[in-house]
Parts: sequence; structure tokens; C-alpha cells
Amino acid sequence: MNKSAGKSVARSSSGRGRTIDIVNKGLKSRYRKEKRFRFYGLLSIVASVVFLAFLLSSIVLKGYSAFLQTYIKLDVSFEAGMLDKQNPGRSDFQGIVKAAIRDYYPDVTGRQDKRDLFSLFSSGAAFQLREEVLNKLPEEGSSISLWVLADDDVDMLMKGHMKRDVPEGERRLNDKQLRWIERLEEEGRIALRFNTTFFTAGDSREPELAGIWGAVKGSFYTMLVTLVLSFPIGIAAAVYLEEFAPKNLATDFIEVNINNLAAVPSIVFGLLGLAVFLNFFGMPRSTPLVGGIVLMLMTLPTIIIASRAALKAVPPSIREAALGVGSSKLQVVTGHVLPLALPGMLTGTIIGMAQALGETAPLLMIGMVAFIVDVPGGFTDPAAVMPVQIYLWADSPERAFVERTSAAIMVLLAFLISMNAVAVVMRRRFERRW
Amino acid sequence: MQMTAESKDSAGVASQGGAKREIFLPPDRERLKEGGTPHVVAKNFSIFYGDFEAVKKVNADILSKYVTAIIGPSGCGKSTFLRAINRMNDLIPSCHTTGTLMFEGEDIYGKYTDEVLLRKRIGMVFQKPNPFPKSIFDNIAYGPRLHGVNDKKILAEIVEKSLRKAVLWDEVSDRLDRNALGLSGGQQQRLCVARALAVEPDILLLDEPTSALDPKATAKIEDLIEELRGSYTILIVTHNMQQASRVSDHTMFFYEGDLVEYAPTKHLFTNPRDQVTEDYITGRFS
Repeated sequence: MNKSAGKSVARSSSGRGRTIDIVNKGLKSRYRKEKRFRFYGLLSIVASVVFLAFLLSSIVLKGYSAFLQTYIKLDVSFEAGMLDKQNPGRSDFQGIVKAAIRDYYPDVTGRQDKRDLFSLFSSGAAFQLREEVLNKLPEEGSSISLWVLADDDVDMLMKGHMKRDVPEGERRLNDKQLRWIERLEEEGRIALRFNTTFFTAGDSREPELAGIWGAVKGSFYTMLVTLVLSFPIGIAAAVYLEEFAPKNLATDFIEVNINNLAAVPSIVFGLLGLAVFLNFFGMPRSTPLVGGIVLMLMTLPTIIIASRAALKAVPPSIREAALGVGSSKLQVVTGHVLPLALPGMLTGTIIGMAQALGETAPLLMIGMVAFIVDVPGGFTDPAAVMPVQIYLWADSPERAFVERTSAAIMVLLAFLISMNAVAVVMRRRFERRW
Repeated sequence: MQMTAESKDSAGVASQGGAKREIFLPPDRERLKEGGTPHVVAKNFSIFYGDFEAVKKVNADILSKYVTAIIGPSGCGKSTFLRAINRMNDLIPSCHTTGTLMFEGEDIYGKYTDEVLLRKRIGMVFQKPNPFPKSIFDNIAYGPRLHGVNDKKILAEIVEKSLRKAVLWDEVSDRLDRNALGLSGGQQQRLCVARALAVEPDILLLDEPTSALDPKATAKIEDLIEELRGSYTILIVTHNMQQASRVSDHTMFFYEGDLVEYAPTKHLFTNPRDQVTEDYITGRFS
């Protein structure tokens, strides 16, 4: 035995190359290959992180100032006859504000100067005053001091987006206005404060009055409709196709079409929504209800495809085990397959919903790209959604909308992250160890 | 091949005779005298995957309350045959059968056969332990619950009885609420046996139940089969010929889809009638 073993080793080593030599020769290049491959992988990760960081930081840097807003302190005195006694809400608040401004700048005369002066204050100041008055009715002759919204040009100046040292013709505020503002600054009557308006108001033509809340609520209602419709429908379709449907030409055809639908440009779904839901069924235009249904159509293929993949991934041994003790097909599905596939289905739903959340094109067609000031109160109120709001603001000429656009993107991302977080938590709860 | 030829002949007789049916390939005349009755009867039973005939015109009687082993090289159709008995092959869309397979006088592939009921009566344990990702208790109680037992006391009784039968009770009685996936492979497999027993089947099909287990766990499963002998009709597919000779009363040898030989285990292993059988059991091929 020993002899023969020795012989065979000798023979193979004397021959041209034992296997070990061939392996040794190739080993170095194999390791090199792996190193190279890893390096490429690392490179692409670094590249994507850099891009992402650049994107996020540019959004944050541009947008964070929108969370602050310039306010001006105004002393308002209520003289006799200024307030409507029967109906204080219908008093001339614009007039009261103007009177207060005039009181503060008694030296300003002349129509143009006055107009310039008033334009430093937002038209929202009157509404603020009205609210204050309705809150607590002031006595005649008393006075209150109130921080009112400054105009967006003043806001831009305070935030440094408008240069003070450039020639008068190149800025939106003239030298006189600058002097008035400087006086306010000296007396500490102008300050940046947290911008609650942005988080409580709907859209507005005046940047300082525009808020994202209307769009947030619109998105929320729309997403709710989408989720409530697409999740059960998508999962039921996936389960039926995967577990019950016979494998024949008809189901193949359906499968191909679902895959194709997932790749259809979203604006086509918008056209469909316009034709079917608005024109045929006569549903209300610009509403979360219709928007949600259209986005449901768009989300369905994604959910169905992901759910089917999740169902396919359930090990057949579990089905066999359940069938083996006498489960009916439905019991196998509801008792075992569905719970095990649910995490995957939720992942698909997250992806679909995230896609839907950022969609504008299909909503164009059903009138959700409209200027809507009111915060929607329900599914059938006209509403904007966040991406549409971002689009509208990005399109607006005022400088103050630039920061609002970025801020709205941040809010959209926050909305998205919180939506995903909920789904991840749910997925964790359903996930089971194998 | 002698036996197949003979069986084909007798099948012919049976289909003509009708009333007085001869039992095919009685494995052991003596045992029959002791009261063996056919439990599952295959008549010209073939199984196809598409056009491929995986099991070819099998004629066999599987006797009640005995342990029957099915051996044969890989791909010979033994698992396919076993899975046909409780219609597990239905999961494979291209699979269809010809001939008849009778269970207690009822055609398993009959038009009106309820497969849920059939699978309740013909339990199965698979090659790889496949407990549900649930607690040990819920694993066992799953079957009875399906069939409408909801009383907690009765369920607890069934669980204990099944686990005792599967010789697992002593190891897990103090942690019934733990996840079954925490058990060892051998314990999981015995749990699967217990799960199958919990619905009180008449037949137990074991598809290579020990191929994924170590020798110690294998011994436990074999002991378990020993325990169950006489109470259930047991069919076991195995690659391990020693195992077949240890645990079974009768052995079927499949080769390329043919049931080549079916005889009492001690006859088949000591005195095979067919050359292929002899070659296989002596290890000349596998």
C-alpha cells in the first residue's frame, strides 16, 4: 500500500504539473480578481454615498431657512370706532394695521412712500390681528403689541438672500425701505422666529403665508385611499394567481400584462383616471379620492409582482406539512403561506406606496395640480399633494419659494421615512425565523 | 423482472375475474394467514410527469398494520409512488396518473375522493423535518384544530398522547410553548411524526425520514417505528438498506419506475428472486 502510494505521488510530480502547481499558479490572479471586484464595489458605494450626501446637504442647506420666518413687532392701539362692535370679526383690520404702521413712522408721507412702507408687512398681518382680536376682545383705547408677518422681500433680506450693498436698482427693496428696516432692527422690532405658518397653512401666492400642511394632508388622504384599495386587492390577486389559478394560457396572459402594467408610464394611468373616474363616473375633480384610485392602479402591479415573489419564496415543505395533516388549500394559504409571505408583501407595498407618494404625472390629468389654498378636510375636498406642491413652488418666481421648495422636499422625505418606518416595524413583527 | 411479468398476468386475471380478486404479490403467505388485509391496493398504477412515466404499471397490495419499506436507486420512482398515496403529487401541475390506487376500497384518484379527508387518514412525514414556525404545542394541535377540536383540555390530551407515541414527550414536556424550530433535527423529525399522529391517521407515510439525521437520531426514529408497528400501516421510503432490513416487514424494490420485487423483507434481502434486486442490495450499483 505504502509503496504504491509513494509511487503514484512520484509519478504525478514528475509529470507535467500536479494539480497543486496549477492551482498555485492561478491563485494569485484569482485573489487579484477578487480584490479588484471588491474595490469596484466599494467605489460604487462611495460614489452613491457622495451623491446622496450632496443631494441631501444641498436640500437641507437651501431649505432650513424656511423653517424660520421674519416677524415685525407692531404696536396696535384700538381707538374708538376702529372695531365693529356688533361683529368684531368684520372690522377693517387692514385699516387698523395700516394705522399702526403710520403711527410708528409718522414722518412717512406721500402716496408712493406709504405704499412702499405698507409693502414691508405681509397682507397676512391683518388676519393675524383679526385672530388676536377674536381671541380676546380688546377694550377701546387699549393697545397691544403684536409680532406680525413681514413681507417675503423683507424676509429674504433678513436671511441674507438679498444683498444690501448692491445698487438700488438691483434689489426689490429701495433705499428708503432699507432705512425703515434698519430702524426696526435697531429697536429690536424685527426678528426671525419659528415659522408655524409653514406647518399649518395651505398654499398661498404670498410666500410668507404659504404652508405645506394642506399638501401633507392631501398626500395623507390620497395615500390612505391608495393603501386601503391596493393592499387587499393586490394581495388577493397575487394569492389567487400564485396558489389557486390553473396554469394555462389565460393566466399566462394575465401575468404578462401585469408585468407590462408595472412598466407603463404613470401619466397613462392619469389619462385613464380622467377618462374613467372623472368623465364616466363623474367623481369630484382634484380630490384625494380620485388621486388615490389612480395611484392605486399604478401601485397594484408592483404589489402583485412583489407579493407573488414572496409567495413563491415560501418553502414548499411548509405547504406539504400543512397539506399532510389534512389542511384544505385555503387553510394552507391563510394559516401558513400568507403569514410567511407577509413580510415580503409588505416590502412590495412599501415600494409601491413610496412610488405613489412621489408621483405627480398621473395627478396632472385629474386636476390635482391646482392652486388650492384650503387645507383639505376629507377625501372629497380639493387637495394638492406634496410632490405637486413642490412642483408648483419650484415654478414660482418669488425668491422665498426657493427655500420653501427645499423645505417641502424635506417634509416629503420625512413623510416617506415615517411611512417606511411603520412598514418596517410591521414587517419585523410578522417576520419569522426559519 | 420475473415478478413484474407475473404480476401483470395476475392483474389481467383480476380485471377479468372481478369478484374473486387475487391479492397481488402476497408478500408473505404466512403473515396473510395471521390476518393481514390489504390496505392500499395498486392496480396497473402509473404516474406520469408530463410524458415521462415515473412509475410504471405497479401492481401491489400494501398490507394493513405492517411496516413496508420501499427501496431503490435514486430516481426510481419510490418517493413518487409514496407521495401518490396521499395525493401529494397534486402539487405538481404536470403530474397525472393512470390505473387505480385503492385505499380501503375507495379509489384515491376517484372523482369524488375528498383529498383533505384522504390526507387526514394518510399522514405523512417528509425527508426534511418541516415543523411549522410555531410553538411545539401548536405544531401538534394544528391538525386537530383544523378538524374542529377546539377544547383546550382535549387538545392538551391529544398533544401529550401524540408526543408520547413519538417518544418525544419526556424531552419537550416542559417547553411546549417554545418554538419548534429550536429543537434539534432528530427532535424536529419526531415532532413531525407526532404531528402526523395527532390527527389519528390509518396510514403513515415516511419519505426518507432519517436521511437528514445523524445516526443517533436515526436510531430514535427507528425505535419509534418499532413502537408504532402493529398500530399503523407504515410505508417508509429509504436509501439505507440496513434500515429497510431492520425496520420493515415487507420490502418493495423499485428500479427505473418498475416495481421489480416485492417480498417479505427477510426473503428479499437473503434470497432475492431477481438479478437486479440482488445487484442492488449487494451494492453492485446504487
